[in-house]
Amino acid sequence: MASKTRISRRTFTAGVGAAGIVAGTAPFNIISAQGAPLKVGVLLPRSGAQAGIGQDCQRGVDITAGMLKDLKLPALQIMSADTETNVEVARARAERLINEGAQLLMGAFDSGQSTAIAQVAEQRGIPFVINIAAAPPITEQGYKFVFRNFPTAGRILADAFENQIEIFKATGNAPKTAVFMHVNDTFGSAMQKGITATLAKFPDTPYKIVETIAYDMTARDLSVEVAKAKAANAEALVMVSRLNDAILLTRELIKQRWSPKAILSMGPGWYEDQYLKTLGKFGDGPMSFVPWYDPNKKLTKALEVALAKAHPGVNLNTNHVYSFEALLVAADAYKRAGSADPKALADAIRATNIKDNVSPGPGIQFDAKGQNSALKNSAIQNRGGKLVTIAPKTASNAKPEHPMKPYNNR
Amino acid sequence: MSAEVILKIAISGVLTGLVYGLMALGLSVIFGVVRVVNFAHGEMMTIAMYLVIVCFTAFGLDPLVMLVPISAVLFALGYLMQRAIINPFINRPEHSQFMLLVAVALIIVNGLLLIFGPDSQGITTSYSFDSFDLGGIIIDAGKVYAALAAIVVAAGLFAFFRLTLTGKAIRACADNYNGALVVGLNVKQLYALTFGIGAACVGAAGTMLMIVTDVTPAIGPAYTLLAFVIVITGGLGSMTGAIVGGILIGLTEALGGFFFTPSAKTMFSFAILVLVLLFRPQGIMGRKTA
Repeated sequence: MASKTRISRRTFTAGVGAAGIVAGTAPFNIISAQGAPLKVGVLLPRSGAQAGIGQDCQRGVDITAGMLKDLKLPALQIMSADTETNVEVARARAERLINEGAQLLMGAFDSGQSTAIAQVAEQRGIPFVINIAAAPPITEQGYKFVFRNFPTAGRILADAFENQIEIFKATGNAPKTAVFMHVNDTFGSAMQKGITATLAKFPDTPYKIVETIAYDMTARDLSVEVAKAKAANAEALVMVSRLNDAILLTRELIKQRWSPKAILSMGPGWYEDQYLKTLGKFGDGPMSFVPWYDPNKKLTKALEVALAKAHPGVNLNTNHVYSFEALLVAADAYKRAGSADPKALADAIRATNIKDNVSPGPGIQFDAKGQNSALKNSAIQNRGGKLVTIAPKTASNAKPEHPMKPYNNR
Repeated sequence: MSAEVILKIAISGVLTGLVYGLMALGLSVIFGVVRVVNFAHGEMMTIAMYLVIVCFTAFGLDPLVMLVPISAVLFALGYLMQRAIINPFINRPEHSQFMLLVAVALIIVNGLLLIFGPDSQGITTSYSFDSFDLGGIIIDAGKVYAALAAIVVAAGLFAFFRLTLTGKAIRACADNYNGALVVGLNVKQLYALTFGIGAACVGAAGTMLMIVTDVTPAIGPAYTLLAFVIVITGGLGSMTGAIVGGILIGLTEALGGFFFTPSAKTMFSFAILVLVLLFRPQGIMGRKTA
């Protein structure tokens, strides 16, 4: 049954008034959008195999608001999403964040997940700033909306050997032989190929690899691996591992009474808080060659203070630094763009020139591919339960200690 | 390669295998009597491992001291679990039992993840870094203690089943379910007791494993799989088989990893499993069923 609707004078007046309010405030809305926080979709692996790292990256996100305020940069409205350490979930979450109004995406620690998000960002025309992901192809696709302030795998390895040469020259003492141990997962196998290829390009590297030992990432017992490495009678141990196996390996080194002159790690594990906490004095000595931060920069000190305040006892690391810097890039670009328009934001990010930053190198700029190719990587060493930067000299705060103090003499 | 190194690897493999054997013993006992395959076995072991972490970090209690108390807690957990949720499924189809125990396993993994987080956790005892030097053969002290404890627990269990009335009653249930009912045995009570004993074994194994390795919530399924490999190799339902299977798998993984490639260690244990299934399907110590 159709109902008859009568418009009364009162209804008409109210309608006109409402229309007037809408019409009158519409331009104001556009203006106020420029002053409103930029909506940033933060995609991280908060659960699944990489949950620990994702949660560590989140610490970097957590301390960003206060830092941006101090830097007089616009505020960001963080929209969090969990990629569940899964490429397809990462893709779906990126879509959903954009549908829910995200004006810029940030994430996602892992190369596979970041690649999936990059495809979505490019299709939807929403800027995506990668915090951590080293696979070179991500910025080789000709994307216009994808930016990465993190070194590529090739750059990380090349810097690792450059820094080693610098360290061994400085100490005047270098190992002649090394055993190379690596996890046999995708990351470890890719690193094994990369290290073998990069090593050939650095003839000044003082040691030769006499044995390569691959081991299972889920191994519960690494006594066989260490026995095999020890039997090679090498002076140094070159490692590509993760946290759990780094701890197991160190315990085995001590129990099997083998103290290599140097442990040279080109991956995670050996510098992580959990490693230092679990092993105490036995955690000292290993050198890690990683994307890090310049301890001498002003902003680094401010970031350290902010982290210590928010998360006491947690050492500043790659996850915090590069997650923070990705958001710094977003806030800086938003300020310069003066708008949340995706194209304007992308253009502003492309024109980024941040000198006051945290990571080593001249600052944050992006090349035509959206890659910060000026980034440098560092060598860090565990000392007294803390981490010191020992190379490159221009971004260091300590001299290298080599050879490593034997385990039975601590 | 020197004989000393090979002997060291072999001893290390046997010691690790003994602890694995104790873990698998629990699975074998439960299946041998209750005829339920505990798909949450490894996950239950991770509960014991986290109990070690809590006792050690909060009260400084050594795992060797906590062996009996943690086994008792796991016994209680197993007993209650059998009474409350597994008993109603005893006569249901095997796939229902499977789904039930997989669900229990998932709940344990995610519960531990919520409580303890995803990072690996371990303990450092006063002997964590100790080793014995036996004429150039270096043996991990922690593994020796863990293996000795595994031998004592396994011997105690064998004695319990052979010498006590309750143990004999449980064996009677395993041999002839109807016969046990006819002579008036409280089968439900004995089943719960058996599940508790199996859980206590896994509790003891988990406590001992914390001396030599770390734990993450996600490691449970890997231990469940390992326990299956061991009991199928040794003979499902055979207590001796579980220990023999554990030693064989430990030794095979150690020597296989050493002579070939360590990353393929588990491949060798699965190869043993396939060989056993092909040539002796009932397992090395298992009895052939008619």
